[in-house]
Amino acid sequence: MLIPCPYCGARDAEEFSYRGDATPVRPDAAAPDAAEQFHDYVYLRDNPAGAFRELWYHSAGCRRWVEVERDTLTHAITATRFAAEGRRA
Amino acid sequence: MRYSLFNVIVNGLTKNRFAERAWRDPEPKPEYDVLVIGGGGHGLATAYYLAKNHGITNVAVLEKGWIGSGNAGRNTTIFRSNYLLPGNEPFYEHSVKLWEGLEQELNYNVMASQRGIVNLIHSDAQRDVYVRRGNAMRLAGADSELLDAAQVRTLLPFLDYDNARFPIKGGLLQARAGTARHDGVVWGFARAADKLGVDILQNREVTGFTRGPDGAVTGVETPRGTIKAKKIALAVAGSSSRLASKLGLRLPIESLVMQAFVSEAIKPLIPGVFTFGAGHFYISQSDKGGLVFGGDLDGYNSYAQRGNLPVIEDVLEGGVALMPLLGRLRLLRQWAGLCDMSMDGSPIIDIGPLPNLYLNAGWSYGGFKATPASGWCFAHTIARDEPHPLTKAMRLDRFRTGHVIDEKGVGAQPNLH
Ligand SMILES: Cc1cc2nc3c(=O)[nH]c(=O)nc-3n(C[C@H](O)[C@H](O)[C@H](O)COP(=O)(O)OP(=O)(O)OC[C@H]3O[C@@H](n4cnc5c(N)ncnc54)[C@H](O)[C@@H]3O)c2cc1C
Ligand SMILES: [Zn+2]
Repeated sequence: MLIPCPYCGARDAEEFSYRGDATPVRPDAAAPDAAEQFHDYVYLRDNPAGAFRELWYHSAGCRRWVEVERDTLTHAITATRFAAEGRRA
Repeated sequence: MRYSLFNVIVNGLTKNRFAERAWRDPEPKPEYDVLVIGGGGHGLATAYYLAKNHGITNVAVLEKGWIGSGNAGRNTTIFRSNYLLPGNEPFYEHSVKLWEGLEQELNYNVMASQRGIVNLIHSDAQRDVYVRRGNAMRLAGADSELLDAAQVRTLLPFLDYDNARFPIKGGLLQARAGTARHDGVVWGFARAADKLGVDILQNREVTGFTRGPDGAVTGVETPRGTIKAKKIALAVAGSSSRLASKLGLRLPIESLVMQAFVSEAIKPLIPGVFTFGAGHFYISQSDKGGLVFGGDLDGYNSYAQRGNLPVIEDVLEGGVALMPLLGRLRLLRQWAGLCDMSMDGSPIIDIGPLPNLYLNAGWSYGGFKATPASGWCFAHTIARDEPHPLTKAMRLDRFRTGHVIDEKGVGAQPNLH
């Protein structure tokens, strides 16, 4: 599998470390239902069969976090961007 | 028909002309007391023990393909109870006890063979860890034995003992562990459940659910019609999140792929199973002679049910480093299965989380060994609407309350379990 890193270009997936689902957002620890929200954030996943947004760290390259859009059924990658940009999207 | 030596001879001589089907292929009834979704080992064992232990025989197992087409037919067939944590170990030890009598119980040759498992030790730190594990096993009534390097050498003389990075310093042996024929286990439970009146419905994918006004699950939709049931039990392993999403549920599970490999057949070489945890490799030899081995998960979420090359290389490198003669053999086949990796690496057997619903999931890459005990305890949970004492720690709300069962201590990162 080749991952097109926005900085380095297409690189072997072996150069990256995997974090997982890019969609959970860290909740506000001061929220009244913070415990419930953290349970959701830490443990519950959509785990879709198909389009998926996930985080990879280019540890043997530019050492930046990359958000990858990949199909979990075919492994086809449709888009990549720096993770910080993904957060803002 | 009860299988026996006499039977085999008669059917052999009459070229199976009078042999019965092993299980029926019935039309579904409009309603069942219990519908089990998923015709893998766990679903079929659950149906069998519902009928056998609890007298609930108006039961059907729904399978989208053929029974055993999932991980039940793709695993490396090892059973063992060498776990560490109290939430897990007594359950897996119960499973080993059930394996020990499974052939007589099912009247089926599942080829369960207690040939032992050795976890290799390469450092003092690893020895400490395995000593602790071995003691935990003994506390739960399982067997374990610490071996020194010389003892391992008599068992497995063909390993590289003086590897500079991973010299072999000893091993933890569980002699009662072993392997069984995975398809045989599926067929054995299917046949025995069918004999007790369970309907096994193949080629019936569950595509949706019918719900009552209170949200209760009242039945399932399949491309060939709706089937009602009083209780509905999910046992679909790698497809758990997909099916649960049709009920609006999100589970603490991610699906990842795990590969397995088999070499050409050779004369008997490996006496049991051994694992090279430090190098991500484990191996045994099938009765046909092929060396059956595997290693790590393909480390990212996937439903592809096929593996990628980097892990193949990694597994083979680990294997050849430890067992150089492996390099002389040809690889015959390679395949992959869809693992329901839970957030703490341990399974979930529970009531709910919706009315009439029961959940069996999160077996990760280690559910084959659990097949009999999972069926035993899940059937109890369904029949009595309370968790079995052995699976009390395996409930879904452990993630909410913080009582996770994290054998490896890596946290909620499924690709690392
Ligand atoms: C390569 C590999 C090696 C392994 N090695 C070992 C090992 O050595 N020891 C060990 O203990 N464990 C091992 N495991 C893990 C073990 O195989 C699984 O944990 C276990 O088989 C899961 O339970 P099951 O048998 O019920 O699952 P499955 O056989 O996967 O059963 C689930 C069934 O549900 C069906 N299904 C899915 N969706 C639907 C639907 N919508 N409607 C109807 N049916 C549906 C599927 O077709 C499937 O047949 C291994 C797994 C893999 C992939
Ligand atoms: Zn890069």
